[in-house]
This record gives sequence, C-alpha cells and structure tokens, in this order.
Amino acid sequence: MAIFTPRANLFMNAALIGAVLLGACLLLAIRVVPVIGYNTQERFAPEQPIPFSHKHHVSGLGLDCRYCHTKVETSSSAGMPSTAICMTCHSQVWRNAAMLAPDRQSLAENIPLRWNRVYTLPDYVFFDHSIHIAKGVGCTECHGPIGDMDLTWKARTLYMSWCLSCHRDPAPHLRPRDQVTTPDWRRTPSTPSGEALMADYHVHTENLSDCGVCHR
Amino acid sequence: MKRRSAIALVGLTLALAACDNMANQARRNPYELPYGSQENWPVMPLATAVARDEPLKPPSPPPVTMALLERGRQRFDINCSPCHGRLGEGDGMIVQRGFPRPPSYNIDRLRNVPSQHFYDVITHGYGIMYSYADRVEPTDRWAVAAYIRALQASASASLADVPPDKQKALQ
Repeated sequence: MAIFTPRANLFMNAALIGAVLLGACLLLAIRVVPVIGYNTQERFAPEQPIPFSHKHHVSGLGLDCRYCHTKVETSSSAGMPSTAICMTCHSQVWRNAAMLAPDRQSLAENIPLRWNRVYTLPDYVFFDHSIHIAKGVGCTECHGPIGDMDLTWKARTLYMSWCLSCHRDPAPHLRPRDQVTTPDWRRTPSTPSGEALMADYHVHTENLSDCGVCHR
Repeated sequence: MKRRSAIALVGLTLALAACDNMANQARRNPYELPYGSQENWPVMPLATAVARDEPLKPPSPPPVTMALLERGRQRFDINCSPCHGRLGEGDGMIVQRGFPRPPSYNIDRLRNVPSQHFYDVITHGYGIMYSYADRVEPTDRWAVAAYIRALQASASASLADVPPDKQKALQ
C-alpha cells in the first residue's frame, strides 16, 4: 500500500497555497488595515448641523483661528464657538440663509449647537492645546490645510506613532509663536531654525516621550 | 468538573465581550454628553453660579507699557479688525461683505471719549455690536483700549513725532 494516496498532491498544494494566503491576510490585517483611511478616518468629514467652511472664513475672510476658538491658548480644549460668536456676524450677514437655520434656532432656544467631533482621542490620552500653542506648534501641523477645507476633515491619523514622531523630533514642526495660527505659513530663509526655537521655548526632548506626558 | 469549567469559560467569554473599548472610559471630556445618556443636555449652570477665577470687580486700568500695547494689538487684530479694520477705520473684511459700517476711531467723538468707553463697549456691546465679554478677558480689554488710543495717535501723527533714529526707516 502506498504511503501517499493519489490525492496527496492536491492536499499539499492546497496547504501551501493556504499558508501563503493566510500569511498575506495576516500581513494585510496587521500592516495595511490599520492605516487605510477607512480605519483612521483620515480625510473623512463627518456630517455637521451646519456645513461650516473654514475655507470661506479663514482663507476667504482672513479671520484668525482664535476669533472662534477662543480658549485654544489657555485651555486643553480649543473651544467650539458659542452660538453668540456665530451670530456676532450672522445676525447681520446671511441672516435669512436656510443653511444657518440651526444657528438661529440655537440662539432662540438657548441650546448650544451640537457639532460632530472630527478628532477623537481615546480617554486615556490627555491632550492639551494650550501647551502646543505656547511652544510654537502651528494649528496646521495637526489640522492639515484647515484654512482650505470646505468641510472640516480629519487630517492626521492621531496614532501614537504620529504623536511620537513629533515628540521625539519637534524641531521641524515648530514656528515662531506669532505665526502659530497662520494657515498658510511657510518657513523662509529668515525664519529661526527649529533648533533655535526649541532652545527659545525650552522644549526638551529628553522626557518629551515619557509615558506620563500624555497618559496618567 | 468538565461541565463546570465549560460553563465558566462561556460565562467569562460573555463577560469579556461586554467590556467596552478602553478608549471609552467614565471620563468627561469637554462638550461630551453625560455618560451613557443623551438627555439633560446641555447641563446649564445654576442661575447663581459664578465662573471660576472671575474677578470680584473689574480691574483698574493697568499702566500703559509696550507689552500691554503688543498684547492689545494681538487681541485687536483677532477680535476687532474683522469689522473695524486693522487701522480702526471701520472698513474691515466683514464690513466689505455687508456688515453695517462702524464709525472710524478717528472721529472727534471717539477721540474725546475716556478709555473707559472702549472697555465698556467691549464688555456690553454697542448698537449691533455684540458683547465680547465672553471672548476678551477684562485685562485684555484695557490692552485693546490702549491699542485703540495708539491707533488714534498714529492716524494723525507726522514724521516729526517719530523718534529721530527711526525716521530713516519711514522715509
């Protein structure tokens, strides 16, 4: 009696192909799936009660980020504008626009608008906007070309590896403090180097990637 | 024995499946809804509540220093210039887009008002201008008032007003 039946070749081939496929699937699941946009929600713009355009307000009108996000320099949260801030202009400009009806309703009923989060961090991360502003990290470093976004989309993965890439080597991401909110800022020959800014702002990398910096 | 461990295994697996993602903990983030419910939102402060760190009385005007003016310019450019323009002429971008034009700071009435007037307008609003009390801190209001004074002074300044060593740069 033969050790191998006539179908042994078939089983062997199937096993080999199966092993290769399994490896490919594992590789896909571990390496590729986590970084595709569907998972990271990069470039994804959640639906909002009002289709607010940063492009119009920032690049078009030249409003400073801090006109609406009033607490970004002093608080962990950048702060969403109150209805009163929208209505400062929109009580006079575009005051009958259907698009702004939720705004007027919010003002009349004294109930804040409920915007949908674009950037969500896990609860075990303690992010603070104010310290990043104070150390010269520009808004666009994390929020991408926010001044040119029609609808606000998520510009970064917010993966820990991405946070650490800057915490380990902040120099290329720093700019002079007075340029932090400039949406189209570019480094020019007269801009102080990242290393000079690091020294200026007392940014020390030796403990910037400690766990306790972001986790408690 | 075997049956008991099987039951325990199923039970524990079910219990584990009930665990939520570690990313969602019983921690309240800014603007987050009360844990587990969508009701009773927004949580309104009591009528008698006072904001933390709110000064008991408005601060008195600080001495005018270069640092105060720099701060005033920054806050002015953020909050005021969209309508009043960066020079205070009342021709800001929002005015160009249809917002009623505010008066220039260089009219006689505004040249002669005390600085307290600018502080009060920022605090309470004026005409169709909303109150900026929720956006400009009391100490910053004095900084903005001081910067408005600087804008007024610069609008009618001549070359002779500039220190001699800086005149060259303007010629």
